[in-house]
Amino acid sequence: MAIGVKVLKRPERQVSYVRATLKGMALTFKHMFEKKVTMQYPEEKSTDSEHGGGRWSISPRWRGTHRMLTDEQGRSKCVACGLCPQVCPANCIKLVPGEDEQGNRYPLIYEIDEFRCVFCGYCQEVCPEEAIHVGVHYENSEYSRDRFVYDLERLCAQTHPVSTLWDPSDPAGE
Amino acid sequence: MKGFVLLSVIKMLVVFTVIMVGVALLTLMERKVSAWMQNRRGPNRVGWAGLLQPAADGVKNILKEETFPGLANRWLFLLAPALSFIPALLLFAVIPFGAPLPVDFDFTLGPLGRFVHHGPMPLVVADLPIGFLFVLAISSMGVYGIALAGWSSNSKYALLGGLRASAQMVSYEVPMGLSLIPVLLLSGNVSLSSIIHDQQIGLWYVLPLFLSFFIFLVSGFAETNRLPFDLPEAESELIAGYHTEYSAMKFSFFFIAEYSNVVTVCAMVTTLFFGGWDIPGTHWDETGGVLQSIATSGFFFVKVMFWVFFVMWIRWTLPRFRYDQLMALGWKVLLPLALAYIMVICVAIYAVDRFTGITDPVLKSLSLFGLNIVIAVLVFGLLDRGVFVRGSARQRRPLEAQARRAEVTT
Repeated sequence: MAIGVKVLKRPERQVSYVRATLKGMALTFKHMFEKKVTMQYPEEKSTDSEHGGGRWSISPRWRGTHRMLTDEQGRSKCVACGLCPQVCPANCIKLVPGEDEQGNRYPLIYEIDEFRCVFCGYCQEVCPEEAIHVGVHYENSEYSRDRFVYDLERLCAQTHPVSTLWDPSDPAGE
Repeated sequence: MKGFVLLSVIKMLVVFTVIMVGVALLTLMERKVSAWMQNRRGPNRVGWAGLLQPAADGVKNILKEETFPGLANRWLFLLAPALSFIPALLLFAVIPFGAPLPVDFDFTLGPLGRFVHHGPMPLVVADLPIGFLFVLAISSMGVYGIALAGWSSNSKYALLGGLRASAQMVSYEVPMGLSLIPVLLLSGNVSLSSIIHDQQIGLWYVLPLFLSFFIFLVSGFAETNRLPFDLPEAESELIAGYHTEYSAMKFSFFFIAEYSNVVTVCAMVTTLFFGGWDIPGTHWDETGGVLQSIATSGFFFVKVMFWVFFVMWIRWTLPRFRYDQLMALGWKVLLPLALAYIMVICVAIYAVDRFTGITDPVLKSLSLFGLNIVIAVLVFGLLDRGVFVRGSARQRRPLEAQARRAEVTT
């Protein structure tokens, strides 16, 4: 049996190679003078509007490294309810709850292993206090692997904007 | 004699340096041109506008680890880059790159003796009387490097790349050589200097020998393994083809060889069909002088750069050929075309010489140019209907007929 060759039904008039080549060359030449689309990354970033003139914007669906929001006294909003470690599918949140004299719960240890994290954003969705958030942020390089386990202090110190993908006043997404 | 040797050594050093630096910058140019054609910016981080990028690449390639595939034939593996690199650099020895430069010196240098040179010095490393035959001979040596690289790597991708390269380069050598026969017929000489001289007093050979130029250009693309004929190193099929297993400087050598082959083919196109270092419309450049030498060298550079740009331009315009299309184009189209063209040009030159009595080279070229318009219309108007590259419409008919026969028999 012969090898099956897929034969395109192309009219013979259109298969002139030289003419098609010249046409294509005109097209590629035209492209040389068109506006360049490259983003000059370290100078222009898709997270800021200052450079790049707002040409580049990160997707609203972006979920990056976490940030813990703090109250007026600079303490984390977290009440150590344990919902985020419970819901986390990657099991990357380590939480040891503590309690002070007034009976307020607070996290003794709160660590997120950003290597294990799959950035699903469930922790932000499940958090009743709107404390833990996924951030609009993507520059995470470090010199050692253990720097990727973010502790509570580090999570609170992050300043990048947080994801607004999930609206806490409309939990069902309606 | 010693003066001649001294000048030759200086010319060799100059040409070698220019080629090596030029090839380094060509890699940058290629990346820039390809970026621009895709609406990108290209490398612009290292140095001003990325001008130091070749240096950075070079340093990287020198510092990288030299790897050897476990079962590779070590000596051939080492020999292959050199075998493709040396012919590529040798080729530029015969290409004249400017009007003769008047050089006069007479001095004694200690024990080395007396160095004397008077009169014009041709701006070519070796003005060989066999001219482009040397180019054809040496350029076919390059295939050894590629085939050996493919074979000695002990890798199926490299082997396939080497196989494709050897078949392709051997095939296209034939139309390439045959396309230069009309040049030989018209100028009566294979020396590149005299071919340039003929074009200065007559017209550039692209006009009277247009089809030769076309065939030479297409075969040149195939000989240098550039797109659309880059099957030996087709990334999407063979990873990197014959140099898959090469790393560091050995890989760089293949790269340098490829680019200097491109420069050579472009310089050959310029020399044979576009007047070499001739400045069109003037006769000032034909008399020797320092100023003339500089101006003509500059003009030669501009012409070669245009063709180099053209090569890159084509690269980003045309997709890669299928292997059977490549072979069909070489053997079934370019070879008969080149042979037929030789016949036509033979008859035409004979007829012009014998019956019209035109002796002025410009008029002679013009009358051949008229003939070439007719041939170009015939070739590109009538023949170019799925013949250059066999379209599927032509394949369909035999397939359909086959299917019908099969139905009849069953």
